[in-house]
Amino acid sequence: MHVPDGFLTAPVSVATGVVAAGGVALAIRGARKELDEKTAPMAGLVAAFIFATQMINFPVGAGTSGHLMGGVLAAVLVGPYTGALCVTVVLIVQALLFADGGLTALGTNIVLMALVTALGGWLIFRGLVKSLPKNRGGLLTASGIAALLSVPMAALAFVGLYVVGGAVGIDLGALTVTMLGVHVLIGLGEAAITVAVVGAVLSARPDLVCGARHLTTELTVRTSKAAS
Amino acid sequence: MSRNRMFLLIGLAVALVIAGVISFYASSSPDGLEYTAGEKGFLDSARDSAAAGSPLADYGVAGVGNERLSVGLAGIIGVLVVLLLATLLTTVLKRRRTHEHTDQNATSETTSGS
Repeated sequence: MHVPDGFLTAPVSVATGVVAAGGVALAIRGARKELDEKTAPMAGLVAAFIFATQMINFPVGAGTSGHLMGGVLAAVLVGPYTGALCVTVVLIVQALLFADGGLTALGTNIVLMALVTALGGWLIFRGLVKSLPKNRGGLLTASGIAALLSVPMAALAFVGLYVVGGAVGIDLGALTVTMLGVHVLIGLGEAAITVAVVGAVLSARPDLVCGARHLTTELTVRTSKAAS
Repeated sequence: MSRNRMFLLIGLAVALVIAGVISFYASSSPDGLEYTAGEKGFLDSARDSAAAGSPLADYGVAGVGNERLSVGLAGIIGVLVVLLLATLLTTVLKRRRTHEHTDQNATSETTSGS
């Protein structure tokens, strides 16, 4: 969903730039509490992994494709604030080096793909975790649903921005329907990848999954029981 | 090798394979937003990014004729640049360990002082 330059008017791009700067500042404050000796290099890896995975566009329906956004994946693995920063670094590198996503649209893309997905997705994840069983299945279900919803959430946020400052006047109802339809499908891919990766890390190193902190002791106890 | 370092190296290897090899097989269809823009008639308002002249623009290395090599190299460069920048950022931001763990002098000073 990398927004190119020109889709949104200059004032809206400036406004999203300001919101993005504020959001990133907030994320930096929050990440200071999340990051320690063990999670800092892990977060670097998460960012690199999201960059790599974003190169893989998968087909969704006829003539359309999508790729992982990674906000929920990053948030569940390294925490929401650090996760938002990881995706932000990816978006900056993509915009500057790879001309993927516009430069004046960089703020827009950070708001949509880093802040809405990582912070918004994390809120959904936390809400689900509370009501689901406190085990591996519950955690993966919460990750998957949050990942699935995060993509249409970002799509809706784009529609919201387009309502305020779209370059070309179009039927906004139709825009909403098409954006949502396509991005629910992409969200299914987002959910599949997120569940697969969180599941793999959970199997190898449950202690490295930030969103599983509430489970780690239980899992460790179970492992040691199984071993004895 | 510590378990953490092992995990990081395996993760990096996976990322490099995805960006360096598998990326070649990615779908080249327009993405969800581009598709919608085409359908709804605002695709033409897109302008080239000021970074369009970058030697890595559109995930290829300028001057490398072989498509597979060009995409793969661009992917590998991207993974390493993102890894470097993100690790720098998180290392600067991370909590300092408590004095007892990192700074022997500070610990002994505290001990002798108390």
